[in-house]
Amino acid sequence: MNEESSRAIEMREKGDLEASEGTRPGPVFTPPVDIFESADAITVLADMPGVQPEHVTVDLNEDVLTITGYCEDGEEEGRVRVVQEYRCGTFQRRFTLSELVDQAGIKATVTDGVLRLELPKADRARPARIEVRAGA
Amino acid sequence: MLVRRLGPSRLRPTGLGDLDRMRYDMLRLFDTLAGPEERSRGVFPAMNVTQDADNFYIRCELPGVRLDDLEVGVVHRTVTVSGKREAPEEEGVSYHRKERASGSFSRSVVLPSALEADGMDAVYEHGVLTITLPLAEAAKPRQIAVKSA
Repeated sequence: MNEESSRAIEMREKGDLEASEGTRPGPVFTPPVDIFESADAITVLADMPGVQPEHVTVDLNEDVLTITGYCEDGEEEGRVRVVQEYRCGTFQRRFTLSELVDQAGIKATVTDGVLRLELPKADRARPARIEVRAGA
Repeated sequence: MLVRRLGPSRLRPTGLGDLDRMRYDMLRLFDTLAGPEERSRGVFPAMNVTQDADNFYIRCELPGVRLDDLEVGVVHRTVTVSGKREAPEEEGVSYHRKERASGSFSRSVVLPSALEADGMDAVYEHGVLTITLPLAEAAKPRQIAVKSA
């Protein structure tokens, strides 16, 4: 086992997002994210455990990117809660993008409670080349 | 190296004296006042345990763990969830944020009653692991009809 995978994972609190204007009842959490950039795309990974793919929305307005997802409490009636360490609610996070993004090319997938968002960078204006012809 | 931690289990064991029982209840009361987030600071994964007449149900928040990397073991009344979560391998990228934890984890909880080996079940869906653990016949609640002599 290499060093990277031998570290123990510490549980982190799901931070409550302040001043959010939710339309669903229940707590709002800030999902932890990884953001990395390659030459032609920006990728965002967000942990949203318990969220079904159809309950995730991605919104890009001007340069503000908002990701939202909610999970439904799967606990059935008639069960007694013995230990409760986490709650279900809405995950929401907002970013301001510094680069132009090709909106049509955005790809979002949700696998095992992790949202993967690929934002391809928009083609920058290519330097125009003007051909100079010799006059007749 | 595998790190094994015993979570701060607050399941009240049976067979305690009055004073111990009160101590457990008081600790549980403090937990309730502190809110769910305060209960298990630093122990991954977060667990919810529920119970009905036939089963215990353990739910763990484990987003982004591959099925092959996840292990659930039961010994007597101790349930252990262990595994690892790998960081995404990306070539030639620069990270702006890296908040998602990666590494190995292992957590055990001791349930307060005996379990039945048949019918145990573990399902991983949408990043949440649900373990169903049937109670042993002897541990199920039972009603005894009272007859007049």
